[in-house]
Amino acid sequence: MKIANSKVSAVRLVEDALKKAHEFEDYNIFTFLNDEGALKKAREIDEKIARGEKVGKLAGVPYALKDNFLSPEGETTASAHILQGFTSPITATAVKKLEDEGAIMIGRTNLDAFAHGSSTENSYFGPTLNSHDKARVAGGSSGGSAVAVALDIVEFATGTDTGGSIRQPASFNGVYGFKPTYGCISRYGVVAMASSTDCVGFFTKTPDDMDLLMSIANGKDSKDLTTLDDYYNSQSDFSRLAPSRPSLRGSGAHSAPVVADGLEKSDLRIGIIKEFDNDSVDSEIRKALKEKCKLLESKGYEIVELDMPALKYALAAYYIIVPAEITSNLSRYDGVRYGFRSENSSDLNGLYANTRDEGFMPENKRRIMIGNFVLSSGFYDAYFLKAAKVRTLIVKEYENAFSKCDFILTPVSPNPAFKLGEKVDDPVAMYLEDLMSVSLNLAGVPGLAIPAGKNSDGLPIGLQIVGPRRSDKNLIEFANELKEGA
Amino acid sequence: MEINCETVEHLADLSNFSVSDAENKSLQKDLSEILKYISQLDEVDVSDIEPTYQVFEMENVWREDEILKQEALREDLLALSKEQRDNQIKVPKVL
Repeated sequence: MKIANSKVSAVRLVEDALKKAHEFEDYNIFTFLNDEGALKKAREIDEKIARGEKVGKLAGVPYALKDNFLSPEGETTASAHILQGFTSPITATAVKKLEDEGAIMIGRTNLDAFAHGSSTENSYFGPTLNSHDKARVAGGSSGGSAVAVALDIVEFATGTDTGGSIRQPASFNGVYGFKPTYGCISRYGVVAMASSTDCVGFFTKTPDDMDLLMSIANGKDSKDLTTLDDYYNSQSDFSRLAPSRPSLRGSGAHSAPVVADGLEKSDLRIGIIKEFDNDSVDSEIRKALKEKCKLLESKGYEIVELDMPALKYALAAYYIIVPAEITSNLSRYDGVRYGFRSENSSDLNGLYANTRDEGFMPENKRRIMIGNFVLSSGFYDAYFLKAAKVRTLIVKEYENAFSKCDFILTPVSPNPAFKLGEKVDDPVAMYLEDLMSVSLNLAGVPGLAIPAGKNSDGLPIGLQIVGPRRSDKNLIEFANELKEGA
Repeated sequence: MEINCETVEHLADLSNFSVSDAENKSLQKDLSEILKYISQLDEVDVSDIEPTYQVFEMENVWREDEILKQEALREDLLALSKEQRDNQIKVPKVL
């Protein structure tokens, strides 16, 4: 990515980004443009450079912030009516880390309200349009961020991924989108959706940019006790992968465990999931997957077929567990302390009900109600507890898969970007978009959406590389092997 | 499991919002379809399987009980509400 230095000024980088952001206004990417704030920061960085002072690793790099990250620049609305008027007095840890390195937020991006959706059509501000076809959806929920990077407005954008909200829009727009291992990046100051699956991640144009951002953003945060220690920056090579896996090559003595230090990149085994190779997945996406497998085989990688029958139930389990957590996390929006408050209430209970009634989008309401249903007495065991047990099966299925291979290559979604309005009135059809992405969140494993060419309509095709927990750095490095023309 | 008008009203009540008659109708349809989809878990045998609520089996994390410097001041936080009086948030009558 282009970083400000003595030859390229931060002001120039930021001005270019803002100019493009205004040019592409009809795509409805941004909920707020930070014209003045961004230029002020850019001038400060240029002055530092002129004085010969040290600047950060992201000095003057313009970026877009998904509008569910809290910071005092612009209102944080999560594209929801109920948060209109809310300007945060605090800054999310992820934002702080990026800005400490000199990154400059040029705008906040549109999402499905509270990140509930797979198309960015559930936004209070209306849908964001696809970067390759304005009649189609951007994907979601981080649709604005994906399109901002795809249209080359910014070098990178932040996203959140609870069930595919980074990877699916990345694949719909032909960019890289990464959901790290659960707990890798602090969620302090990020609007909560489902606490056991929410992850912070990024959109970039290259795996190397992703690596740079991950190396900066990850790590323990005393303000988010679900964060892990910085394991990311200690993974400098592939040697930490599959420490006790049977040997792959050579003598055929498969009983001897490989010495971890001896594992080379070309020793990696890549799994493909049998259950995703059928007519429920678009034929051109399956073809793209097969071509990538051929490419890997030609480079000496071994492809192994995996049976993962439990994944079939991941989506149903997800749409029980996540609404249950949403119900709890969204109970805080009551119109009392911040954001929108309904005007016409004669008593406090009326104020709660009217504010929530007017402030939530229909999909927010559906999820809150389903959550209350699966948690209510009489249904808890049959739905929530059952889903939590199915989640165990999914976790085990991934553990088992990663005893047979190092990474898994799968489609991100069953189809490329669909038409605006096509699924908006059919919640289950919209949920099915997440069929191949949600299982990663339930298992806490990382996944990187990578561009894999275009289909016959010129729409981007995306695939995802899935790795074991904490394999994030190796996974991003491995993506270079699959680059277009690599 | 059929979702009828009363179920929608009950769930809306638990969720602390009201639904209009038209909304109730469309929610009956939508919620029924969602429940039908998630009920496919009935096929799965989970006897002897322990539930997973979070993936890293985290335990409570303890710290000293100390006063930390906060990013947001009391007046910043109060200013976020629509109405204040005497350093407190003002709401309509409770009863």
